Amino acid sequence: MPQKIQIRLASHRVSTSVAVNQRYPKIFTPGEVITSQNEFMRGHGTYEENSDLKASVAGVRQQVNNLISIRPLKSRYNGEVGDVVVGRITEVQQKRWKVATNSRLDSVLLLSSVNLPGGELRRRSAEDEHMMRQYLQEGDLISAEVQSVYSDGSLSLHTRSFKYGKLSQGVLVKVFPSLIKRSKTHFHNLPIGASVILGNNGFIWICPIINNSEDGASGFIQNLEEVVPRQDRETIGRIRNCILSLSQSKMMLYDTSILYAYEESLKYTVPELLVQEAMVDVAILTQQRLCMLEDT
Amino acid sequence: MSRNRDLLSKIGLRLDGRRPDELRRIRCKLGVFTEPDGSAYLEQGLTKVLAAVYGPHQVRGGRSKAQHDTAIINCQFSMAVFSTTDRKKRPRGDRKSTELSMHLQQALEAVIKSELYPWSQIDVYVEVLHADGGIYTACVNAATLALIDAGIPLKEYVCACTASLANNDVPMIDISHQEEIIGGPTLTVAALPMSGKIVLMEMSQRFHMDHLEKVLNKALQGCKDIRQILDEAVRLHVRDIGSSTGWANTS
Repeated sequence: MPQKIQIRLASHRVSTSVAVNQRYPKIFTPGEVITSQNEFMRGHGTYEENSDLKASVAGVRQQVNNLISIRPLKSRYNGEVGDVVVGRITEVQQKRWKVATNSRLDSVLLLSSVNLPGGELRRRSAEDEHMMRQYLQEGDLISAEVQSVYSDGSLSLHTRSFKYGKLSQGVLVKVFPSLIKRSKTHFHNLPIGASVILGNNGFIWICPIINNSEDGASGFIQNLEEVVPRQDRETIGRIRNCILSLSQSKMMLYDTSILYAYEESLKYTVPELLVQEAMVDVAILTQQRLCMLEDT
Repeated sequence: MSRNRDLLSKIGLRLDGRRPDELRRIRCKLGVFTEPDGSAYLEQGLTKVLAAVYGPHQVRGGRSKAQHDTAIINCQFSMAVFSTTDRKKRPRGDRKSTELSMHLQQALEAVIKSELYPWSQIDVYVEVLHADGGIYTACVNAATLALIDAGIPLKEYVCACTASLANNDVPMIDISHQEEIIGGPTLTVAALPMSGKIVLMEMSQRFHMDHLEKVLNKALQGCKDIRQILDEAVRLHVRDIGSSTGWANTS
């Protein structure tokens, strides 16, 4: 099959900006004095020096009563209890797995906070400890929920629900965590024939539609034999490229924006969607539709 | 002495047509890569530098290195083999690169609020694509931008600038490669421009003590000017991203 190869000069780069002209809040940069009154408390992204409150990151100000914090537009994932994350197992240890979740420190998944096959209320025996690598081994992808945050900032995860567990066939896309919009649900069965897990940590999992009707403890079964039909794989590929074009233009990712981008992308073939112009075009059209939705 | 006079023409212009207190053109861009947490590209005259920041992340390779109260800051300086007129044999690992890595680390350790990230590590990689004098200064400035892009808390900007002395009397800033070759002592200063603290100072040759103060003051003024330029670039970048996302995660 002949392949079209696109090579371009750096000077022919396309601007990826889809910024909407609107009022913008005051921006603080590191070292800038926020206030010199000392009745305020310092939050994240600020520090005190010579009784002045100064910013330590570049971002916008957030104030809750007396607490002032500066929020950067991009940073590592800061976990909060209840977040849905997608992560990769990096290590198997005594009674725990280490999970890379794009956070500051590796997260922990305790053996006691997973649902093992064969009943929910089961004692964890020494045998289970030996079997740990059979359930999850290094390199496996999982979806989980943040159970708690330790004092040093690392996260403890749990998969005690049929929604969570090992991920089998699909595609992982990594974006900056701040591009994921927080919403009630991060699991979406999109009507176009694919499921998307929008991890709060910026890891997005795209897979064929999951049927939740199966038995609850299927969290550790990975069916790699089953062949996903070509049409489904094309849909998944298209969604992946749409997410890439949205994230390249720094647009928020949630079910509506992904659906709109998918619909706008239909005039291109899946490989064409990797061309810069097409990516920006999709992003601009999506941005317009989202703006119209907001206005009505 | 006669060679030294060439640095500044009779009408007070330098070899490339600048005035003694003018910087070369600085152009910069934040967020040039998607894989690292933060990245920046900076051009200072013809000197071109890329910087990438990974982290803070779990300490890799031997947990014994991890510190319980601060983050480890790991800098790697490298020069592309095609960056100088004669092709370099190795891009990193030679004496000069190792020294510059250490100096870069010193400058960055002074500003990063690393006590907020115990048990972690921050990697800073800088790559010189085109060397035309003032390599270290360009690297420090690019690394600052990359750290800001990564959302890592800094006390303030750290900026670096070079200065020299022409005709044994006129201080001039931002020395190009050509001027470095002609001669004259080069003073490299990395400073925190807002509080006026100096984090690194280095001289290539000696000159009379009496001149030090005015050359140093010029260099510090240069740092302040550079901060202005970087600050503007950061604000533009933040505004651009913020408008695209609709300030959604910030309000």
